[in-house]
Amino acid sequence: MTPGSRLRLATVWLSGCSGCHMALLDLDEWLFVLADLAEIVYSPVASDCKIYPPRVDVCLVEGAVANRDNLELALQLRARTSRVIALGDCAALGNVTALRNLCGAGVQHSAWEALDCAYRQLSDGEEVIPAAPILLPRVLPLHRVIAVDGVIPGCPPTAAAIRAALETLLQP
Amino acid sequence: MSGAESPLAAGRTITVAPLTRIEGHGRITLQLDASGRLAQARFHVDEFRGFESFCLGRPYGEMGALTARICGICPVSHLLAAGRAGDRLLGAAPPPAAQRLRTLLNLAQICQSHALSFFHLSSPDWLLGWESDPARRNLFGLIAADPELARAGIGLRRFGQELIERLAGRRIHAGWVVPGGVRSGITATTRRWILQQLPEARASVQLALDRFVPLLDGPLQRELASFGSFPSLFLALVAPDGRWCCGDGSLRLVDSLGRVVADGLCEDDDIAVLAERTEHWSALKFPYYRPLGYHEGLYRVGPLARLNVCTAIGTPWADCELAAFRDRHGTAASGGRTAIASFAYHHARLVEIVACLEGMEQLLVHPALLRGPVRAVGRGGSRTALGVSEAPRGTLFHHYSVDVNGLLTRVNLLIATGQNNLAMNRTVDQIAREWIPWPLPAAVEIAEPLLNRLEAGIRCFDPCLSCSTHAAGLMPLRVTLLDSGGQVLAERTRP
Repeated sequence: MTPGSRLRLATVWLSGCSGCHMALLDLDEWLFVLADLAEIVYSPVASDCKIYPPRVDVCLVEGAVANRDNLELALQLRARTSRVIALGDCAALGNVTALRNLCGAGVQHSAWEALDCAYRQLSDGEEVIPAAPILLPRVLPLHRVIAVDGVIPGCPPTAAAIRAALETLLQP
Repeated sequence: MSGAESPLAAGRTITVAPLTRIEGHGRITLQLDASGRLAQARFHVDEFRGFESFCLGRPYGEMGALTARICGICPVSHLLAAGRAGDRLLGAAPPPAAQRLRTLLNLAQICQSHALSFFHLSSPDWLLGWESDPARRNLFGLIAADPELARAGIGLRRFGQELIERLAGRRIHAGWVVPGGVRSGITATTRRWILQQLPEARASVQLALDRFVPLLDGPLQRELASFGSFPSLFLALVAPDGRWCCGDGSLRLVDSLGRVVADGLCEDDDIAVLAERTEHWSALKFPYYRPLGYHEGLYRVGPLARLNVCTAIGTPWADCELAAFRDRHGTAASGGRTAIASFAYHHARLVEIVACLEGMEQLLVHPALLRGPVRAVGRGGSRTALGVSEAPRGTLFHHYSVDVNGLLTRVNLLIATGQNNLAMNRTVDQIAREWIPWPLPAAVEIAEPLLNRLEAGIRCFDPCLSCSTHAAGLMPLRVTLLDSGGQVLAERTRP
């Protein structure tokens, strides 16, 4: 099969733990089949391409939207992808990543409270808060910032669930 | 970009971001002086998730399941560190069978994580080549070019993951380790299954050794010499007799001559020998050995450190591989004892997979593994506790304080990758000085394979940036040139 005839698959990692991508790698030997079904055009675990490419057929998105980089990438991938799938509970619901929203006294200050705790209270030397990343006031699930075409639930989803979804999504 | 605030801002800055085949969101910058030479190279991490804050007020018993979600590659490490801290808070020393089962779980995780780092993420650089097409230089490229090796790597990772699933219920984020022990024992079926799988796993790691080690004498010689080769301290857990240890142990710190600098650290207060510094240009903090101060107190953790720190591994094949490792990488100054090249981390990972496979067999043939209780009764513990585990990437610390109700009042997580932060920065600096022809001409075109080498310097450490900033992502690559005012002169991103 020539590369041109395969569907273009991307995987993206926003704010999460990588567990959903590890579940993807838990497809084990089925990865050989996947290599025949799809061309991986962008992926943190399986590609060195640095820019999200145009004309992507399917994109699996792990993680919630927690900072400005996440938001920009989410908007970019939506514009360049036919079908966007939330992979796992952080992308679908916010999950553990969104526990940051509970920090501190109120919603407005949750990001600052978390930064202050990590970098000022639990660090030696000068009190410094790093310049990046720029946190959003609240951690959001993917569907709050872009339209999502499907969800593969789980923390993380099982490899079997990912395979079942891919077999459907990647039918030519 | 923080160039405008830096004393080095008179020159330009080259940025490499986002980095790929590395777990986490990061970038590299090269800052140039007025003459176009390298002033400083830096490795930045751009993630933050805030576990140390949002865990406050929660019951400490939740920490295993919660902190496992820091990282999907090494959730077992967090589970173990949280479990061990919980043992002390609860006053419940795990029974011998539970300790062995925890060790077995950790060996399985180190095996799968090292397989991921070596085969899936790093081997495309040298098996497909630094100069190969970036669109193909990955696991799927490896599947096409060398299916035998790809199958071996995938199989080895699957073995570790499946062992975790059979023992702990699921492959990722199993909640099986609890304060005082583990939730369930091992079945005779699982024990038999593991023993049946071991020969194939051994063959896979032998294949990797056969393919990789000869490259160190040939095409990878220059990388070995220039990818983060410098003296430093090394920190790892060791068993009471000084052997390699991935279970309960105490901390030992050695220098690059192999001399013991600190030893026997395992108590709550002992973590005070490690300090953390924050820099405005990275979300990843910079731990160091406090008595020697910031920078001088640079130490490395992980496979290389564990092999440098231990007296022996304690199983026949692994000790044989350790001797070969020291013969090859040990410096003359240390009498062949200590390896200082960070590129040797890759080799160290293979030696450790051997150690894990032999260690599993040793545990499985022990008659006590299938017998006795696997949870202890709590007898009242302390209000502050330290839990330590050897994660695939190095020593991991969870340090908790609780109130009378067992609700967390302070959480500090000192992560393996963070402890390599100073070393990763020095590695990037060394690679940039060695590989880029300075001064950089005005019309800058840095070739893609060179950018990849800068990233590969970071890949040696197999960093887990989700863990280290209690955050997440895989590193993608952009190089930016800034003028003295911080304006972008040129930017190059890999296609």
